[in-house]
Order: sequence, then C-alpha cells, then structure tokens
Amino acid sequence: MAIENQTQQAAADLDTHVAEIIKWHFSDETGSPFWLDWARDQSWDPLEEVKTFEDLCNKFPNFQDEWLRDLPNKVWVPKAYKDRPFNIFETGGTTGMPKQRIGWEDFRIDYTAFSETLSDEHFPRNHYWMMVGPTGPRRLRLAIEHLANERGCSCYFVDLDPRWVKRLIANKQFDQARAYMDHVVDQALTILKNREVSALFTTPKLLEALAERKDLVRAGIKGVFCGGTTMDKQYARFLVEEVCEGGKIGFVPTYGNTLMGLARHHPISRENDYSIAYYAPQPRAVLRVINTENNQPVAYDTWGRVELSTLTKEFFMPRFLERDEARRRRPWTEAPWDGVAEVRPFGAMEKNIVEGVY
Amino acid sequence: MSTPHIPCLRFGVPYRSLNQSEVKDYRDGSVKATLSQVNAGVIRRDLKTINQARESLQKFSTKELMDISAKAGELFLQGDLPIGEDGSIQSAQDYVETLSSTSGLPHVMVRKNMDKIHYALTHLELILNGLTRGIDFSVLDQGYGKHGDSPVCFFPTTHALGLVMPSNSPAVNSLWLPSIALKIPIVMKPGRDEPWTPYRLIQAFIAAGAPKEAFGFYPTDHEGAGDILKHCGRALIFGDKTTTDQYSGDPGVQVHGPGFSKILIGDDEIENWEKYLDVMVSSIADNGGRSCVNASAVIVPKYAKEIADALGQRLGPLKPLPVTDPQAVLSGFANPKMGEWIDQTLTSDFSEKGASDMTAPYRDGDRLVKAEGGTYLRPTIAYCESMDHVLSNREFLCPYASVVEVNQNHMLSAIGPTLVVTAITKDACFKKQLLGASNIERLNIGPISTMKISWDQPHEGNMFEFLYKRRSIGMAA
Repeated sequence: MAIENQTQQAAADLDTHVAEIIKWHFSDETGSPFWLDWARDQSWDPLEEVKTFEDLCNKFPNFQDEWLRDLPNKVWVPKAYKDRPFNIFETGGTTGMPKQRIGWEDFRIDYTAFSETLSDEHFPRNHYWMMVGPTGPRRLRLAIEHLANERGCSCYFVDLDPRWVKRLIANKQFDQARAYMDHVVDQALTILKNREVSALFTTPKLLEALAERKDLVRAGIKGVFCGGTTMDKQYARFLVEEVCEGGKIGFVPTYGNTLMGLARHHPISRENDYSIAYYAPQPRAVLRVINTENNQPVAYDTWGRVELSTLTKEFFMPRFLERDEARRRRPWTEAPWDGVAEVRPFGAMEKNIVEGVY
Repeated sequence: MSTPHIPCLRFGVPYRSLNQSEVKDYRDGSVKATLSQVNAGVIRRDLKTINQARESLQKFSTKELMDISAKAGELFLQGDLPIGEDGSIQSAQDYVETLSSTSGLPHVMVRKNMDKIHYALTHLELILNGLTRGIDFSVLDQGYGKHGDSPVCFFPTTHALGLVMPSNSPAVNSLWLPSIALKIPIVMKPGRDEPWTPYRLIQAFIAAGAPKEAFGFYPTDHEGAGDILKHCGRALIFGDKTTTDQYSGDPGVQVHGPGFSKILIGDDEIENWEKYLDVMVSSIADNGGRSCVNASAVIVPKYAKEIADALGQRLGPLKPLPVTDPQAVLSGFANPKMGEWIDQTLTSDFSEKGASDMTAPYRDGDRLVKAEGGTYLRPTIAYCESMDHVLSNREFLCPYASVVEVNQNHMLSAIGPTLVVTAITKDACFKKQLLGASNIERLNIGPISTMKISWDQPHEGNMFEFLYKRRSIGMAA
C-alpha cells in the first residue's frame, strides 16, 4: 500500500480509537471520577463533540500534569478497574512530590508490541538482559523486565537514582556525580564479568561509560536499547559508529516516559545523518509537533513543541505539552503517522538544561 | 571560494562532525567557516590510543623535528596550505584576511603575530637550549646521556599535551610549538572564534614532514575541554581569573590567565618620565592591548597625574582604522557584547570616587564606537589616587592602563602577582629588591617594553620542565 493510503488508513483508525476512548472515559458506566467531574464543569460534552482526533485537539485544553501530583490516585481509576489494585508509577520528583500515573496492563501491552520491532539477531531470545538505569518507582523497571520476559529472557538490574544525579549536577557537585556514575558502572561491569548478558537497556551516557571500560562486543553484548536523555545527531552517530562499532551491536534508541509508553525509532545511518525520528505507538499514544501559539502542527522538518496524547482505557491524557522540542517528520511505512526527530529539551538552544545521566 | 568547513582532526585524520558551529565576520556576521564540534566521547576514545601519536614522533630525532618545525615556520608564514576538506588551499594572505575578518585584528597585527610564530618555529634550537639549559638533544632521543660531567636521564611526564586555547591573540599558539620537537603530541580544543591559526600551524607541520598522528584538533564543548585537561596528564589552559583559580592547584595544568603586567619607575628616574612615554605607550597598546604581557598599570612615586595626562594625550585620539591600514592599532571585537561589557564596567568603576578617565578629554566621542563595520573600544587611561581603587589593578581586552602613585618602598607589595614588570631604575638597592621579588614572573630592568619576550627564557612556565622530568639513573658498564 502506498504511504499516502497507509497514512489515511492510520488516521481513520486513530479517529475510531479516539471515539471509543472518549466514550470509555466519559461514560458513567466506565469513566474515571476525574474526567466525569471535569466534563460536568465544561459547557460542552465530549461524548457529543469529540468523534475524531482533530476534534480532540480542538476541544481539549492542554492536560495539566500537576493534576497527577496534586490529586489522589483514585480519581484516575476508570470504573471498569474499580476493584483491582493498581501499579503506581512516578515521574519527576527531583524535589518535592513526584507526578504519579496509575496503571494495570498498559505497560505490558506497550512493551509486548514494542518487542515485535526488535530483531532476534541483536536481541536474541531465551537469553539474558541487563538494565542499567532508573528502577525504583518507575514504570520502566517492570516494563523492561516484561520486555525481556516476552522474548524468553531474564533480566539483571543495576539501579540508578536520577533524582540524586540531577541534584548533584544542579548543585555543581560534579565530582560526586562522577563518583556515583562510576559506582553504577562498577556494578554493571561486575555483572558483565560474572554473568552472560546479550542485551542492555541503559542511558546513552552510561552506555558510553561502560564502553570506555569494557569492550562490549567481546563481552557478548549484541543489542543495546537506549533512552532517557537527548541524543543529537552527532552523539547518535558516535554511539552507533564507535561505541557500538558500526553495527556489531544493534543500537535501538527510544523515546518514552511514564506518561506515554514507548516510541520506536526510524532506522538511522549516514544516509539520514543519524537524525533519530521517533514514532509513537499510535493509536494508544499520539505525538504531535506543534506551534503552541496556534495549536497547529509545524511544517515537516521544522522545530516545534512536542505534544503527547495518551489514549488507553487505563489512562486518558489529552494534549500534554512535553518539556521537549523536536523536528516534525513525515509518516513512515512502519509507522504511517507523524514522527518527532532530534528531540531535545525545550529551549535547549537558549539555556543549559540539567539532564545528567538520565 | 565557498565557505570552508574546518573538520576535527583525529590523529591528523579529518573528521566531519554532524554538529557544527560558525565562525563569523566580526563586522557583518557573515559566515567565514563552519567548524566541526565533537562530543567529549570522541576525545576520550582517542586518548585511549594516544600512544600511537607519541610513537609517531619518537621515530624522529629531536634535530629532525626541529628542522621540520623550521620548515613549518616558513610554510606557515608564506605557504599555501590546505584549509577545510575539499582540497581548498589557503595562502598566507588568505589567512591574514580571514583571521582579521573574524578576530577584528588589523592586518598589520596579524602579520606581527605571524612573525612571532615564525620566529619561534625557526629558532627552536635557541628556545630548546634555553628551556633545557643547554642539554645535548641526543639525551632526549636516547632518554639519557651526560650534561657537563653528570649523567642525566629524562622521561616524559605525559603522552600528550592538552591545549584549551583562547580566541584573543594568534601568537599564544607559539607556547605549544616546542612540544612537537620534544616529541609530545598535542590534543587541542581551539578557541571558538579562532580555529584559523592552530589549523594552519598543524597543516604547516604536516606539510613539512611531521607525522599527522601527532595532531589532535577537537573543537568541542565544555565537557570536552574538561576531558582534555583531565586526561592528558599535562595541559595548558587560557582563561580569565575564574578559570585560572579553578586549576591553580593542579600541577598537571599550566594556567595562562590575566598577566596584570606593569611598568614601575623608580625614585631615581621619575624626573625623566617623559623620556619613557614611548615604552609606556607600546607596552599598553601594542597588539591592540590584548596580550597578557601588555602593561595594565604604571606605578610611579610621583607625577602620576601628569603621566596619565600625557598617556591620555597620546592614546586618547587613537581611533579605529580600516583593517588594511598599516597604522591601525585598535582591534575590533569578535563578540560585540564583550566590548559593551568592558565599556559598562569601566563606566561603572570610574563612577567610584578616586579615579579619572584621562583619555576622555582627548577622545572625540565615546569609548565604545561602531566603526569600520565593527565594535571597538578606544584606549582608556585611568588615573587612580591609590591602589585601593578597583581600576588600579584591572586588565581588559583593549588598550587600558591605570597610573598610580605609590611610594617606591611599597611598590613591590602593592603590585600583587605580576607576569611582566618593566622597572625603570638604576638604583642598585631597588634592583636588588626587584630581583628578589617572588611575585614577578618576568623582569625587565630598564626601558624595555613589557611586550618584549625572550623565547629562550619562558616568561610563564617552562615547557620542557612541564613535559619532562629528570630521574637519577645507574647503568652497569
């Protein structure tokens, strides 16, 4: 099917999904207290007026993530999940109360789908993974383990507390930050020395630090699944060509967070200047690159603010403005909808952003 | 010629980064070159195999490397050398014009800087003699030998010399030139606005026969600069007082910051002060007042106001001239905001009681001027009533000096750490005090410009002693 047709079909599927999700979250039989109360305060009725994704973009204001911090978790429970205990996943929280998203099966659904995008060559089945990165209250820890399990693998974990790293860097305690990073890398190297591991999940900085102290190819690593901080084109190229030795290790960059799930990437190489474009797991999540002044997508290949809508039965989050900016990319045959490329913290060109190792 | 792209050099091999910065004309902002900017990981990765760079130099004798350096000096001064990656060639005149257009230095000053570099490269034997105190160069090749009647043995303190370079003055590159003849490769972060001189020097060395592996040229960010300083073992950094304070306790990092150089006139010569005005003017204003060896204070036992007025008369009328004018003495600012900041600082400091702008009466207009398409600061002479005034011991990137009256007995304690002192005196007692002063790096006794440096006597750190250490050795017959 031509990409234009694929794109049209995907857009139609998204509209159908939006209508279904709106019905779910705004019906008394299935909706959550938060959205039912919210709808009562509006002068319009989502059930009547939101039938398509375009309607959603036009009618809903930006989701306020403070709600996830300030309101009790139970207000987000859809009636259909009422009697089931939920997972609580956190994001942010370097200082003060973190934001929390509750969930049941979403992370499994998202990561099972993502598994289909991984190759058996670089992420062999029935072997061992290692995650070196933020565990604790994050969705990522359970998600990675599920992903490994989904491929018949078990997973070792080395924890990293990004809140502590960000505080150290914000306080200019660079020696302490370096020492903490060394401590994390030491633990990972110990696992690599004593156990067989073929796939890694880690952050770009930790991957680089691991590779500086160990030949990862000789250590048996075949694939790296990497996310968490900005990867500009040069950095992505460096990781692919040098750290992953030009393809000896499969390099899979990802863009994701507790609120979205996981976006897959368009393959990168010299041909596309290592510009990483990510595609959301549509229709369960939708990424737009917009001009916030007029709420319209920017032109392809130009910069705009990243906006995320999460549209699952467990969680409805329309039009949340991420703290990132990106270039808008065209649909791709494997993901026939808009992508977001060269993601970087919003305003990164104007100010220094504390990212640390996560 | 299309806009050249200056790549990173990894062991001399060009590497075009996907991140690039622009080097712009100081007047209209037009792009004169794009510059590959590499991530710090590239540098760390290359430093892991830096031994190959050192091995490439060890294949040559010191004498051969001095000959190569001399040839490189000629090529740098006059030759056509590669620029960018597409086979483009840069003539000496191209270099002068381009560097002038991005740095704001008039052509005549670029030429003077070229001459300094050329002299250093073509007189390495003299320089190394001075640095090593005359050891036979075969000792360096062999690692041991005799000096006088004593056995000597030297070993390198590092596999590479790290360099975090500034953008303000091309001649600072002369500091690292002996490193190649001393068989220590370089790993350099060039100044953001001045890649031209180090890139041309590296190309000159390679064209003259030096192994390309000896040259690492890494335009990079703050993290990359930090890694060069941290991982090279021995490194030079140039910067302001904040930078110099940061590394002041690190024996592996030689810091080149503000010089706070000064002219002192003794009681015995002060009545003749008018005779020394030329020395004062050249010390303050040569090279656009941009060097750490430019005098930034004149300390006298009396006549401070008269001297400041005379300097004001000489320097106040100076104004920007076209960059091609051989009489041009002022440099434009590559970053106009720097000029604006200096101007605001001076204005604010003059508002504190106890200082007067002695150039103002002789300057037709403001200190900060837009002229010749760029931003310039005209010279400033500050008369300060005492060394307590904030302007008495400041250094700016333009012709600036204070003139202060201090009793001769208190001069040496009042001046603080000073890179170059020119002391105009014949008083044996004062000379003895000056020779014993620990806060002076280079001392000129007599009317010698502070700008005059001796290549065989480093005024700031001895490169040989930085890169090599002596150890005792015993060898069975």
